[in-house]
Amino acid sequence: MSETVELDVAHVAKLARLNLTEEETKLFQAQLGRVLEYAEKLRELDTTDVEAAAHAVPVFNVFREDEPRSWLTAEEALSNAPRQANGLFIVTKVVE
Amino acid sequence: MNAADLPALNIAELQLLLRRREISPREVLEALQSRIAEVEPRIEAYLSIDFDDAVKHAERTDVSLPLGGVPIAIKDIISVAGQPCTCASKILRNYRALYDATIIRKLRAAGAIPFGKTNMDEFAMGASTENSSVKFTRNPWDISRVPGGSSGGSAAAVAADTAFGALGTDTGGSIRQPAALSGVVGVKPSYGRVSRFGLVAFASSLDQAGPLTKTVRDAAMVMNAIAGADPQDSTCLNEAVPDYAADLGRDLRGIRLGLPKEYLIEGIDPRVRAAIDQAVAHYDSLGAEIIDVSLPHTEYAIASYYMIASAEASANLARFDGMRYGHRAENPRNLFDHYGRTREEGFGPEVKRRIILGTYVLSSGYYEAYYARAQKVRTLIRRDFAEAFANVDALISPTSPVPAFPLGERSADPLQMYLADVFTNAANLAGICGISLPCGFATMENGTQLPVGLQLLGKAMDETRILQIAHAYEQSTEWHRRRPPLETGNFQRPTSNVQH
Repeated sequence: MSETVELDVAHVAKLARLNLTEEETKLFQAQLGRVLEYAEKLRELDTTDVEAAAHAVPVFNVFREDEPRSWLTAEEALSNAPRQANGLFIVTKVVE
Repeated sequence: MNAADLPALNIAELQLLLRRREISPREVLEALQSRIAEVEPRIEAYLSIDFDDAVKHAERTDVSLPLGGVPIAIKDIISVAGQPCTCASKILRNYRALYDATIIRKLRAAGAIPFGKTNMDEFAMGASTENSSVKFTRNPWDISRVPGGSSGGSAAAVAADTAFGALGTDTGGSIRQPAALSGVVGVKPSYGRVSRFGLVAFASSLDQAGPLTKTVRDAAMVMNAIAGADPQDSTCLNEAVPDYAADLGRDLRGIRLGLPKEYLIEGIDPRVRAAIDQAVAHYDSLGAEIIDVSLPHTEYAIASYYMIASAEASANLARFDGMRYGHRAENPRNLFDHYGRTREEGFGPEVKRRIILGTYVLSSGYYEAYYARAQKVRTLIRRDFAEAFANVDALISPTSPVPAFPLGERSADPLQMYLADVFTNAANLAGICGISLPCGFATMENGTQLPVGLQLLGKAMDETRILQIAHAYEQSTEWHRRRPPLETGNFQRPTSNVQH
């Protein structure tokens, strides 16, 4: 792998809140190393005075009228919940 | 007309029979149901089908509407109220959409009947539909091969006459490439032409939904229905929608077609190259002027695309946290264990890879080197197209460098799979429109004939022009009339040792 590729899959997986098996970690390290090595070719270009394009079509300040309308009921919003009770989502404990 | 012959019709033909009341929308659905029962075990294009729901809608439809009574298959990344919307992912296995996406609402308003959800690469990440967590879809022209992806189920269903037309999504080629590999027409609209509200987001600055159909006219009819502004998608442009179908039929004299030299590279299958050369000669004979052009930053498109698409995907897929919907890991020890295991169990390998890649290129210290640089290169790619379109009306190229490849051939090497998008990625980065249409066949060593796709790229919001140019070619050739050889009884399921 190229020395400029510093990817540490195990660390990034923690940032992404995504558990990986040891096997996956090793496999992705090699596969994504090659992808990033390929991406090194972006350095060949001089982009000093080039503006970054976050979107294909820059549009700004798109507003619509703030009008109330009917949307999902609480019951509908809960219908896909892994756990629910009393009209509420039951989530995993956040504070000890 | 014999009911068994109905599924072979295209949308325009079907609509004519419906309008003349020679058949009813219900009879159309029944004919489609029989065709699916016969062919679907070989192709496996669908993840779910709800004929009862479709019949209910069909009985209320007005056949005088532009798509009145026409059943349309929907990629399983687009919300259809009351139907599953799984993105072919375990994390959404039990998820049902609670509302219609704007494009589904618009299809229904035009009289169309969504009836089934099609297979795809998980979260639209892939070019073969092998990344589906559910099953492989097979190419109707050769069931040992992939249909392309990520909208492989939609493409295969249209090719196999188990759908009259379908919707797909295209983030880096996911409509055009499966259309090419399966021998159908596929349109990627310009960014902002079609609403994304109700689509499960993959890469928000690149995603567009569009039609896969048997003919260019059908694609124009579906575009008429789905295009246009949406107050619920602020990136959807507030510009008038032309009548794409009515505008077809213009002759090509004086049209200037650009042939980008960077798109005729080594590595193109010679059979694909031969079909494209013939198509270019055909355009010349139709009166189009063929002009050599250059898109100098083409070789940087894939790298730029995978940095940007993965970055946006890692942010978009953060919503799958197992709290309000989707899979949740059992008995989490704490919050991080909940997130970590929910996502480990719910996502497949390619989705995990992209999340890791995207998180990395957005992380502190690497953002400038990868993501910001990729966005700057995106600007250069946009400029290439702007300069080319100053001199030509549309660009012409292969859609895919190769015809449909065997199941399992590329799935072990992600970079090889990424390179399948070499001719399609740049259009998404630039936000321009594109179409793939059948332009010939590649005869393989064993005699199998595989379709080849021709790509036309047009200026942003210039769908009218590429549809006209595609239509003129199609109407003066016979490729779109060929159907895959699916009528040979005695089907045996092929065995494959694809690793997942």
